[in-house]
Amino acid sequence: MEPIPSNYYDLFGLEHRLALDPRDLEKRFYSLSRKFHPDLYTLKSPEEQQYALDATAILNDAYRTLRDPLTRAEYLLKENGFDIGEQGSKNVPPELLEEVFELNMALEELRGGDEEARAALAEAQKKFAGMRDDIDRELETKFAEYDRTRNRDVLSEIRGSLNRRRYVRNLVNEVEKELVETTDAPR
Amino acid sequence: MTPLQIDFGKDQQEPVVGIDLGTTNSLVAHMDLTHPRVIPGEDGDRLVPSVVTLTRGGEIIVGNEARKALISEPDRSVYSIKRLMGRGVEDIQEELKLFPFRVVEGSEQVIRIKLGERTFTPPEISAFILRQLKANAEAVLGVQVRKAVITVPAYFNDAQRQATKDAGRIAGLEVLRLVNEPTAAALAYGLDKRRDGIVAVYDLGGGTFDISILKLHDGIFEVLATNGDTHLGGDDIDNRLIRIALEDIQNEWGEDVSHNGEAVQLLRRAVIEAKERLSFVPAANIEYEFKGRKYQREITRELFEILIADIVDRTLGPCRNCIKDAELAVEQIDEVVMVGGSTRIPMVRNAVEVLFRAKPHTDLNPDEVVALGAAVQAGILSGNVEGQLLLDVTPLSLGIETMGGVVSKLIHRNSTIPASATESFTTAVEGQRNVLIHVVQGERELARDCRSLARFDLKDIDPLPAGMARIEVRFLIDANGILNVTARDARTGKEQSVDVKPSYGLTDEQVEAMISESIDRAAEDFKARQVAEAHVEADTILAAVEKARKNDAYFELSEEERREITKSVNELLVVYHADDHLLIRSKIEQLNNVTMKLAEMMMNTAVKSALKGTKI
Repeated sequence: MEPIPSNYYDLFGLEHRLALDPRDLEKRFYSLSRKFHPDLYTLKSPEEQQYALDATAILNDAYRTLRDPLTRAEYLLKENGFDIGEQGSKNVPPELLEEVFELNMALEELRGGDEEARAALAEAQKKFAGMRDDIDRELETKFAEYDRTRNRDVLSEIRGSLNRRRYVRNLVNEVEKELVETTDAPR
Repeated sequence: MTPLQIDFGKDQQEPVVGIDLGTTNSLVAHMDLTHPRVIPGEDGDRLVPSVVTLTRGGEIIVGNEARKALISEPDRSVYSIKRLMGRGVEDIQEELKLFPFRVVEGSEQVIRIKLGERTFTPPEISAFILRQLKANAEAVLGVQVRKAVITVPAYFNDAQRQATKDAGRIAGLEVLRLVNEPTAAALAYGLDKRRDGIVAVYDLGGGTFDISILKLHDGIFEVLATNGDTHLGGDDIDNRLIRIALEDIQNEWGEDVSHNGEAVQLLRRAVIEAKERLSFVPAANIEYEFKGRKYQREITRELFEILIADIVDRTLGPCRNCIKDAELAVEQIDEVVMVGGSTRIPMVRNAVEVLFRAKPHTDLNPDEVVALGAAVQAGILSGNVEGQLLLDVTPLSLGIETMGGVVSKLIHRNSTIPASATESFTTAVEGQRNVLIHVVQGERELARDCRSLARFDLKDIDPLPAGMARIEVRFLIDANGILNVTARDARTGKEQSVDVKPSYGLTDEQVEAMISESIDRAAEDFKARQVAEAHVEADTILAAVEKARKNDAYFELSEEERREITKSVNELLVVYHADDHLLIRSKIEQLNNVTMKLAEMMMNTAVKSALKGTKI
């Protein structure tokens, strides 16, 4: 029983890059699953069964992390000694201060029963969703840049973008939830 | 079906059967050389009704016989026990209003159900059903069956899965794997119909609803997302019809029969018959007769659909969430496979067709496809089926309760299993020896709104200043969807002992006790059967001797010979009630020997008179 690499990239036999081809990753995941899955070890010794269970748990966690570009970037940042946490996304990015203030006002008005705020919120939601898509495009460019240059400054920029993106995503989700809940309420 | 690759060198190995332990019916299937096949019971029926009765003689009966007894002995019978698996008393209050479960007082951690004068836990009752299926398989396969794959609703939580596994152990089965029902159905469907693509499985059974979306690719069955409701099914439809009929009956007869077990069970059967006919004809009658009084009511499909609309509607929310979680647009789903008896209802089919914008796939027998898939999975596990692999997910997020009762999620729903997460814990006060971790399952943010799974007590922590201890706890959901917890002292690397207190369900010791009890009972049951058989033989010979004593031939015997017969008859009567089949048999043998001559003489007389007869 060979030891399972604890590094997710190494487990998949991949270079430590930010841009990955999802189809290639899936192919590797399927082929490693066929090697390690507990279903194929039912008749083996208890040690081998435990090995299959542990290996597959790591494999599944690794696939889940690398499949999504955002969690993948966080993983690579952590690997490179960057501190990743929810903390960064709780502070309002300075360039968004004004918009977030207006959004919170509108949210309060809607909760207070002011239906006119609904249109403003829907508008804001659209704007923030657009912002999120912009950040995604920006990240894609930076991923390629890092893979080419291996420049730590680019990683630092990526961390900033990830924090901003998480903040914006939370906003979009919150507005969406509020719009749905207040629509359901009068029933 | 496409023939599977089979290794013929493995034919002498122990069989592994696939079992669909259903709310209404249960089935057992096995993999023959090329295909999965359902194994019928002694009565030839492929479906074994999930009904258990404790007879007045103290015998347990299961299946069609028990279904009959449900009417004559409602207080000694139980059905739909699956609804109570892995649940606590407070979360079955709705159930108790609709189902005649006789829950024993004081069933806090484990529910106990009364059947006649005895009480049983839901896993024990399920074990009776499993034992029947095991016996059915053994009768057909001709060998002992000790290993099985059992299916569970995909949306079953940890406690419900654990209860199912316990039932297997109590029945004397090693449960090699719990497989999610829609996934099993997809496996049977995938081998038969399609090898690549995105498939949704809509499974509306007797008591549970599941929706799963899978990606099929070259023998890999990857579940992308699952959702459901473990308390939604055909039973709910039956209860609607029963309620209407009970109201009618009260109006017509001026009598409330809703508390009469026999009356309600008869009515239940009548409404099910009408419901099933309604899938094929535009109107059907509920025909009911109780103690000479009759009730009849026509139910049109139109009325039926008004009655069940909200039940059908309740399946659609989970479907939409499942599509969203799979990150798919509805157009990307190639086909919807229909599983479970309730998918025969035209309204259900229409709703699915509208939501998924695709004609549902109804070619497979919706009652059997899950058991067939379980048999295929059994084949995969025993190495008889090659090239196929299931990658399933956990239906519910797993988290721990933190400060203020807020849940911190460790493993998210729809994560491929096995899945794991590691979390560090420390102490809050100096010298603290224990840390209690409360693990919950569910999507809500507060622990009290989630399902409590268990409390894990990290014991014997080295006494250290506050915050200095570091215990790493690993939460692992295995391929059965069941949680395993291990802990390690990060400072010393030593294994840390963990004491598990499940919130619902049986402890390991309780299961062990039930297993040994069931072995004792099995020996008792066997002995009882032997005695019963000896009684039948004794009755036969006693009756024959009684008759022979009136025959002329009897008086041709010597006095000595007649005395011998009388003595043997009396001796047999003496041992008759001794509950010792060997003793009874020896006396039968003795009586047989002393009446041999008499039998021959009678035979000769018969032949003579017969010959005489031909001359006339």
